[in-house]
Amino acid sequence: MFPRPIQQRSPAARIAYQIALPVALIVWLLPLLGVAMTSLKPASDLAKGNYFGLPSHLAFVNYVDVFRNSPIAQYIWNSFRVTIPTMIGAVALSCMTGFALAIYKFRFNLLVFFIFVAGNFVPFQILMVPVRDLTVQLGLYNTIEGLALFHIAFQTGFCTLFMRNFIKALPNELIEAARVEGVSEIQIFWYVVLPLMRPAIAALSVLVFTFIWNDYFWAMVLTTGAGTQPITAGLYSLNGQWVAQWQLVSAGSIIAALPPVLMFFLMQRHFIAGLTLGAVK
Amino acid sequence: MSSPLSSSASPTAAVGRGAPRSHGYWRRNQRRFAPLIFVGPGALMFLIYVVIPIFRSMSISLYHWDGMGAMKWAGLGNYAELWSDPAFVVSLKNNVLWLVLYMLAVPAGLFIAIFLNQTVRGIRIYKSLFFFPFVISQVVVGLIFTWFYAPDFGLLFKLTKMLTGHGVAILADENYATYGIIFAGLWPQIAYCMILYLTGLNNVAPDQVEAARLDGAKGWRMLWYVILPQLRPATFIAVVVTVIGALRSFDLVSIMTQGGPYGATRVLSYYMFEQALSEYGYRMGYGAAIAVVLFAIMMIFISGFIWKMYRDETER
Repeated sequence: MFPRPIQQRSPAARIAYQIALPVALIVWLLPLLGVAMTSLKPASDLAKGNYFGLPSHLAFVNYVDVFRNSPIAQYIWNSFRVTIPTMIGAVALSCMTGFALAIYKFRFNLLVFFIFVAGNFVPFQILMVPVRDLTVQLGLYNTIEGLALFHIAFQTGFCTLFMRNFIKALPNELIEAARVEGVSEIQIFWYVVLPLMRPAIAALSVLVFTFIWNDYFWAMVLTTGAGTQPITAGLYSLNGQWVAQWQLVSAGSIIAALPPVLMFFLMQRHFIAGLTLGAVK
Repeated sequence: MSSPLSSSASPTAAVGRGAPRSHGYWRRNQRRFAPLIFVGPGALMFLIYVVIPIFRSMSISLYHWDGMGAMKWAGLGNYAELWSDPAFVVSLKNNVLWLVLYMLAVPAGLFIAIFLNQTVRGIRIYKSLFFFPFVISQVVVGLIFTWFYAPDFGLLFKLTKMLTGHGVAILADENYATYGIIFAGLWPQIAYCMILYLTGLNNVAPDQVEAARLDGAKGWRMLWYVILPQLRPATFIAVVVTVIGALRSFDLVSIMTQGGPYGATRVLSYYMFEQALSEYGYRMGYGAAIAVVLFAIMMIFISGFIWKMYRDETER
């Protein structure tokens, strides 16, 4: 193990480590803690210049105000309406593409795979004008469907990379055995491979959820107005309205951050397994 | 579960291969068509929304176009204009700055990963909390740091005032604003690199470490000669995602400064958006030209990544 386990070191080192851990964490999360605290401060505290002290009382009313005075509930609902179909769509499509690219040897197999991988890394701006144009022509500009369709297509790139490598690592004998038994290819996919992909599906679902929830660029490009905009774009316009009302901006930020944070803590193992794909040989 | 496997899983069934021969055309040819059926829907979506738009952007960049009216041929006019456009030059410079400084996330992530790679009580919670900044949206990260940097009452302003006598409002200062944004961007990026390295450290071969220890290796030498070579896959991914993150930087610039003050914090991705889709006008052709330049820069790194993948694939 590297570094040497702290248990093998002097007692002084052990105590120093136990102290350093929480201190480092507080420094690391200082900006976040500051915002969390601000979100609970009554407006009067901020007016008096109490920016960094403790709140004079816990003003949960800020959160109530955010919901009462802004369409934040609608923004969040929009985020869910974009995120969940994208999650399902991209994972479903990539189960299939990943299966095809991992199992079958056909011409251009690697080429198709590399196009998925490379496309996944391109800067969004090179897609922006044509995708916006296409969405307008399909009559889907400023709709949830238009945004979700693009996200599904784009996320399929990353998900295919992930799925293909995952399926490639499964023992090929399983598939061969099934073929020998006369099981059809579609049944092999459905009954043999898909059940084994459950961990990959879970990992990708949480990752895609987080990516899409946090997407800001495409929300700005393909939607406008509170009826369709997800929370990230919504927060941007609310920030413009709430000039200097930091207690509201902070509360809004915390609300916007909550769903992916919950997702992360509930599905931590899958989340990390997904992110660190390829980090070990 | 009534899977088709369990119904015929006896060894004798395997001997009787070829028995169900009479299932027509599909059954005989399914292995030829199956790849197309499975890859088709995903590939089609990807083609329409990703591959074709790349080429369309390239062609749009050769025109003057406001996004609605007729397109007017411009040849390389948009590209020629780029080089005499000071805002483009500033954006390009800032992108280089982003790339260079963002790389700090890799060693910083490694450092934190080493710090956290212990087995004391509660360490799992610490690891998750250190990872936290990566999970939240860049919009929220941007707002958090805007508050942190705010003039008059921001924590940084107060700190600098305490130390030097006058506070620095970093986002309002054209010399420092980009550094302020990059610093904010490093926060989640370091978290990402950290998690990659934590996973890598988890998989370092313990016998090699012990052997090196017996040979008297420790500290920096151990890290450099024994650990880092084993962490190479993690380092590779960390560098790739950091480069991409640096070149994709848009959210933070948009939230924190909107390219200001005086355009000092623009990056290519933001400048492109500004030109093509904002109150500054609808210059789609010019915007597309900026995007093509950004794409060309990114392509250098993408090709490297694909090249490495290709080698790994064909070696096996």
